[in-house]
Order: sequence, then C-alpha cells, then structure tokens
Amino acid sequence: MPSLFLFGASEGGLFDFDATLPLMAVQVVLLTFILNALFFKPVGRVVEEREDYVNTSRAEAKKKIAEVERLETELKEQLKEARLAAQKVILEAEQDSENLYKEALALATSEANASRENARLEIDSQKNEALKQLKSDADNLGDLIVERLLAKK
Amino acid sequence: MGSLPFVLPFAELEVGQHLYWQIGNFRIHGQVFMTSWLLIGALLALVVIGTKKMERDPKGVQNLLEFLWDYIRDLARTQIGEKVYRDWMPFIGTLFLFIFVSNWGGALVPWKLIELPSGELGAPTADINTTVALALLVSLSYFYAGLSNKGLRYFEYYVHPTPIMLPFKIVEDFTKPLSLSFRLFGNILADELVVAVLVFLVPLVLPVPVMFLGLFTSAIQALIFATLAAYYIGEAVEEHH
Repeated sequence: MPSLFLFGASEGGLFDFDATLPLMAVQVVLLTFILNALFFKPVGRVVEEREDYVNTSRAEAKKKIAEVERLETELKEQLKEARLAAQKVILEAEQDSENLYKEALALATSEANASRENARLEIDSQKNEALKQLKSDADNLGDLIVERLLAKK
Repeated sequence: MGSLPFVLPFAELEVGQHLYWQIGNFRIHGQVFMTSWLLIGALLALVVIGTKKMERDPKGVQNLLEFLWDYIRDLARTQIGEKVYRDWMPFIGTLFLFIFVSNWGGALVPWKLIELPSGELGAPTADINTTVALALLVSLSYFYAGLSNKGLRYFEYYVHPTPIMLPFKIVEDFTKPLSLSFRLFGNILADELVVAVLVFLVPLVLPVPVMFLGLFTSAIQALIFATLAAYYIGEAVEEHH
C-alpha cells in the first residue's frame, strides 16, 4: 500500500473536499423540508390529536367518577336515614304492642279479680245461709229432743 | 492505490478513492450521492408507506413512525426546551434519521456486490464532505436560532458569566463543528476499516461481533450527533438572567 491515507493529495484521499460538501448540505436541507411535510407534520398531528383525545377522555372519566362517588355518598346517606327511620318504626311498633299487651293483661286481671270477688261473695253468702239453716235446723232438732224427753217423763 | 497482496473478492481495502462526477467546473464524489439517494429513497418510502393511512389506533409502520417521532420530540424537547423545540424538531429529526440510515445502510447493505470503476459504495457519513456539511448546518442553525430568538442579545452569551470567557466561547464556535464532523466521520470510517481489515485477515466468523459492535456504534453516533446539535441550539436560545 503506497499511501493508505492520501493527506493533501491532489487526487483523492480521505480529506478530499470538493463540491460534494455544499451539495450534500443542500440535499440535507431539502430532506429536512421534505421530511417536515411528509413525516413530522402529519405524524405530529396524529400523535397530538390522540394525546388530546386521551386527555379529554381521561378528564371526562374523572368527572364521571366524581359524579358516581357523589351519588354513592348521597345514596349511602339516604340508606342510613332509611335504616334509622325503619328502626324507629320498629321500636314504636314494639312499644305499641307491648302497651296493648299490658292493657289487655291489666283488663283481664281486673276482670278475673272481679269475678273471683263475686264468686267469693256468693260463696260467703251461701255459706252464711247454710250456716243459718244449719243453726235453725240444730235449734229445731234440740227443741224436738227436749220435747221428746219431756214427753216421756 | 495499489491493492493488498492477497486480494479476496469482498475484502479489498480501498480508502480515499472516489468515483468522481464532473459537473461544470466542480467535481463531486459520485459514490456518496449514489448511496445517499438510495438510502434517502428508502427512508422516504418508509415514511410515505407509514403515513399513507394514519389512524387513531396505529397499525404496522405507523407505530414505528410514531415511535421515532416521539423519540425525536423527547430528544428535541429535553435539549432545546419547551419554548422553541417545535421549530427545530424537523431539523434535529432529519439529522438523526439521515445519519442513522446512512450509518446502518453503510453497515448492513452489501455494497461491495456493486462494482464501481473507482472507489466503492459505503456509508455516506464515512465521507468527510458529508459530515462537515452536516456540522456546518448545525453551526448555521444555532447561530440562526440564537439571533432570531434573542436578536443581538445573543452575543451576551459570549461574555456570559464573565468577559474572560470571550476567547473560549469564540474558540468553541470553531471546535463545535470540528468535533461534530470528525467524531462522526472517524467513527464510521474506523468501523468500516476495522471490519474490512478483519474480513481481509479472517474471512469467517470473527468479523461478525465487530459488525454488531459497528451497528451499535452507528446508532450511538447518530444519537450523539442529533443530541449535540439540539444541545447547541438549546444553548443558543437559552435565556440568561
């Protein structure tokens, strides 16, 4: 190899500057404009449109989630109120039924007492009558015995 | 240039030889333009196919293009800043895509199968003219970005923390394109040379890992170039307080 790197040689060489340089520069500038029109602008438009779409969709979804959460808390509140109301109603009903029961019990007890009193009074009067009867019978019988004894003599 | 002693069909080393096209008084490197047109054509075909019928639910090539778009947007946005990155995204993206397809096209397409009368086809970025052209475009861009955004206040940047920085900042304006162009040129050319030398010495198996390393380097170089270009533009439009 006589000279691998022909520095400063008139013909050829690694550092052989010529019209290639400005022409290549012009070519790259042209390529920049072509790629801008064919690649960067259209692809950028599509990508940015998609980014916008994703962002708005996400914002909408967030709004919807917030709405759902609001409704959920509202419904939970309502449910809680309904539960409380139901408990109140149940309590009232229980109290009512208890009152009714007590009233009925009291009525029944008083009736029973009254009828027992009546019965006792009746029994007492009957007993007195019977005692009276018995006494008069005993008196008659005593009289009769006394008469008979006297008659024998 | 003389060929090496044992000439294998696909392992010939030709460095610094060009296929010259004469246009008026100017000469250009034909092989650079042939490969760059093919690769740009492939890139444009991919773009046209992918953007033909775009939908909100991306399918097929549209996915790839959207991934690339997103990648380039993130790159531009992090380096240039939220305010003006939109203006520069096509330029940064074009730099990235052009360098990327050039590097990978040079590494993946078996150009050696096409015989040229002089020189050989390869990555357009392995030619110093291409990389210097790209680097000078970056220099022009950041000057333009700074001047159009801040007017003459752009030059405050040169004396920014203290006026002592002035010479360094002026030197930077020259070293930026120099380092950009030589980094890309050197990496891609070195990769091609390493693979060529290895293929020449051991034609089987051994060059394959180096080729994969070359693909990796190529992708990294495209990213580095685009990131630095975006960083320089971002530096130029940044507001100092």
